[in-house]
Amino acid sequence: MPAGRTVEAMMLGKLDWSAIPFDQPIPLIAGAVVLVGILAVLIWVVVKGHLPYLWHEWITSVDHKRIGVMYILLASVMLLRGGSDAIMMRIQQAIAYQSQGYLPPEHYNQIFSAHGTIMIFFVAMPFVIGLMNLVVPLQLGVRDVAFPTLNSVGFWLTSTGALLVNVSLVVGEFARTGWLAFPPLSGLTYSPGVGVDYYAWSLQISGVGTLVAGINLVTTVLKLRTKGMNYLRMPMFCWTTLASNLLIVAAFPILTATLAMLLLDRYLGFHFFTNEAGGNVMMFMNLIWAWGHPEVYILVLPAFGIYSEVVSTFSGKPLFGYRSMVLATMAICVISFMVWLHHFFTMGAGPDVNAIFGIASMIIAVPTGVKIYNWLFTMYGGRIRFATPMLWSVGFMVTFIIGGLTGVLVAVPPADFMLHNSMFLVAHFHNVIIGGVLFGAFAGFEYWFPKAFGFRLDERWGKVAFWFTFIGFYVTFMPLYVVGMLGMTRRLQHYDVAAWRPWMMVAAIGMLLLSIGVLAQVMQLVVSIRNREALRDRTGDPWDGRSLEWATSSPPPVFNFAFPPDVRGEDAYWALKWHAKVQQLEDHPGPEYQDIEMPRNSPTGFVCAFFATVMGFALIWHIWWMVILGGLGAFATFVVFAWRDHDEYVIPAAEVERIDRINIEERRSLVSMAGAA
Amino acid sequence: MNLLDPQGPVAAANSTILVDSVFIMLTIVVPTIIAILAFAFWFRASNPRAHYQPGFVYSGRVEMVVWAIPALTVILLGGVAWIGSHQLDPAAPVPGTGSPVRIQAVSLDWKWLFIYPDQRIATVNTLTVPAGAELNFQLTSSSVMNVFFIPQLGSMIYTMNGMVTRLNLRADNEGKLQGLSAHFSGDGFPEMMFDVNVISPLAFPDWVATTAKSDAVLNEDSYKKLMQQGVERGRPIYRLEDPRLFDLIATQHIPPGPGPELISDAGRPHSGGHDAR
Repeated sequence: MPAGRTVEAMMLGKLDWSAIPFDQPIPLIAGAVVLVGILAVLIWVVVKGHLPYLWHEWITSVDHKRIGVMYILLASVMLLRGGSDAIMMRIQQAIAYQSQGYLPPEHYNQIFSAHGTIMIFFVAMPFVIGLMNLVVPLQLGVRDVAFPTLNSVGFWLTSTGALLVNVSLVVGEFARTGWLAFPPLSGLTYSPGVGVDYYAWSLQISGVGTLVAGINLVTTVLKLRTKGMNYLRMPMFCWTTLASNLLIVAAFPILTATLAMLLLDRYLGFHFFTNEAGGNVMMFMNLIWAWGHPEVYILVLPAFGIYSEVVSTFSGKPLFGYRSMVLATMAICVISFMVWLHHFFTMGAGPDVNAIFGIASMIIAVPTGVKIYNWLFTMYGGRIRFATPMLWSVGFMVTFIIGGLTGVLVAVPPADFMLHNSMFLVAHFHNVIIGGVLFGAFAGFEYWFPKAFGFRLDERWGKVAFWFTFIGFYVTFMPLYVVGMLGMTRRLQHYDVAAWRPWMMVAAIGMLLLSIGVLAQVMQLVVSIRNREALRDRTGDPWDGRSLEWATSSPPPVFNFAFPPDVRGEDAYWALKWHAKVQQLEDHPGPEYQDIEMPRNSPTGFVCAFFATVMGFALIWHIWWMVILGGLGAFATFVVFAWRDHDEYVIPAAEVERIDRINIEERRSLVSMAGAA
Repeated sequence: MNLLDPQGPVAAANSTILVDSVFIMLTIVVPTIIAILAFAFWFRASNPRAHYQPGFVYSGRVEMVVWAIPALTVILLGGVAWIGSHQLDPAAPVPGTGSPVRIQAVSLDWKWLFIYPDQRIATVNTLTVPAGAELNFQLTSSSVMNVFFIPQLGSMIYTMNGMVTRLNLRADNEGKLQGLSAHFSGDGFPEMMFDVNVISPLAFPDWVATTAKSDAVLNEDSYKKLMQQGVERGRPIYRLEDPRLFDLIATQHIPPGPGPELISDAGRPHSGGHDAR
């Protein structure tokens, strides 16, 4: 029936029933459970009548705080998915000694590829972008980011990417090529399936989201600062946000171009990276790492900013060597673009090239070391309170130094000739990404949660989570350093070397501890929500903070500040508080309350992302009519938004005054209570 | 496969640099970790004896030390990296006793082919070399990228289709070692481990003579069969028909390996997912 088949191919492209893995119980059951879970939540939302609330207050929201929270929610859910992949990998390597283990290669290879992709693009990135979104406008003393609707578009496009990666679990397959999909393995000849297409289109779409988030935050820091907030008065987190987003703006187009070339190879028979016809695989290596190396600093710089805020707040001192820290941050920002070649010293570049890139890579350790020492001297002479965010920060400082040591080690080319691609390397980058980025994300989560939701998180569960994660990290990854020294390379689905076995078993035990740490974090959230009245933060300043986000209520009103704060130095809110103690929080002597204009909510982001999802899915499966539909839909959404007549609404002065008075009353009653006691 | 148990000069030099670098850094890292823990402990809020100095936010001297310590360490290690990169360049000669042995390694999906052009023999998944002689490797790939690595002999190097990389090694002690591919190359990747037999230079000619008597012949045809995707559990040995075979592979006169066989369902394009590999 050739005619019927042609119609079918036109309607559905490559998609047919063989795409559903009926013969593979693990992804099928996992997919079914997730699907049932999503359906249950959706039904609950609709039946309980929460849909209008979700739609008006969250999905279409252009409020930077809400978008920040949604980014972090996305990251947390994806952390569970990427974590499940990690557990499966550690179990596989613990049992696959002289046997096939329980995961066949085609499944195991998808898992480590998905693990890396998800953890970097859909956990670490949204987590730090979420925190920056939530906090930076507050710290700068402004009412929103520079482009609120674009912000929403960025978030929803990131979600599209995450969604497509997860769809690949049940419809088709994910890439089996590792998280960077090196050609020629990722080319059409060696990976004819849809896995690499899922990978590439997910990253293309979410990459656009990341790029607009980067443009937005750079513009916000450069153009929207409150009165008196000059560059050298900005909190450290704003500086690291600026550096990180400058890197996003400079680096993400490289990723987009590289993946576009790979896709041209796969879809239209180009030969950028093929073996034949003059393609050059080494060019892919260079391009992907020209993005990939800055990427790790995109992740870790905001984390450095979080540690700076936390260490200073909980030591009760300003950050030591503020100007040095600014210099170090910007130095890292610039140098991180000049070191990409250290990812492939073993490709046969000459000794001069290797040595120069090795030394350039080591130079990054200088500003990073300076940062560590400045946190150290911030603690010196402080009064350190060991709340959970501070525990994460001290845990980070100790762990990150070890990761830095092994990092400088693999920057020495002759040492890298032995350690490239080994489990030692795997241990190293988990050492800096877990010990640097994830610890930082958790510290920021604990630290700013009260600001976002108006109540603190349970300290006891927070500490349980910290200790399990901290110890679990060492038990998992120190053995990987050891097997790396025993010659074990990464991505082995099974092995026959007896000496590796015991270490892989220890690592699996460590994974168990790490999982308990993550569960404790979930528990903490549940317990805290249940006890939220007891944990309520009425002051807006639960930690005795130093920067402007603590100067407004928790959660902040939609307009953040009734009056734009006036900044007269570093640690703006700390100065205000000293001032206020003298004044005993008298009635606000400032100007009259005024009307505030805020951007209207817009479904643009959500609708755009809906069409982008349709288009991405259709591109993966070669369903061309749907590609055109999705593309036109996304474009039309954008045009409709561009021709809107009203983009702002007014909050009348009386309403602003009412909201602000409640906040002031709360604070004053607390002050007088403290005075009476 | 312990990196700290080197069996040749390259591995010995690499691991010496590795260990030395770690010790240089430990002299900074250990005191810093101790200081972090000590400061954090001493300046805890509940310690009444700790002196609270909220004004200690800048000190020119501390700043200088703080920039100088990592900078000096990096200058020292940078020197190590510069000298090490030049002396231990994979292509640099490694003098040995007797005449050098030329070996042409080809990574296939998913096995290693070792061609001895001067001896007119070839082996799969076993590399046999004489102790003490310089080993000149030329490497390429039949399809995707791989990395040739014998941990106890030292430096690894990429193999890429249409390109030749160079690596010189020497094995000093007789015995059995293991090598592997250190770059993921697809479903059969874990099977790319290979045996390395280091035999006495006196026994090497005998081994060559025995191998040359093999019935199996390696030529373009048998090579094309070998490069089909699949795992080789045995340790085949070949008589080499044409010593220029490696050049034909590296220059793509023999086209790259074909990749997976597509399950074609009445001419429809392959549907992606779950084929029966």
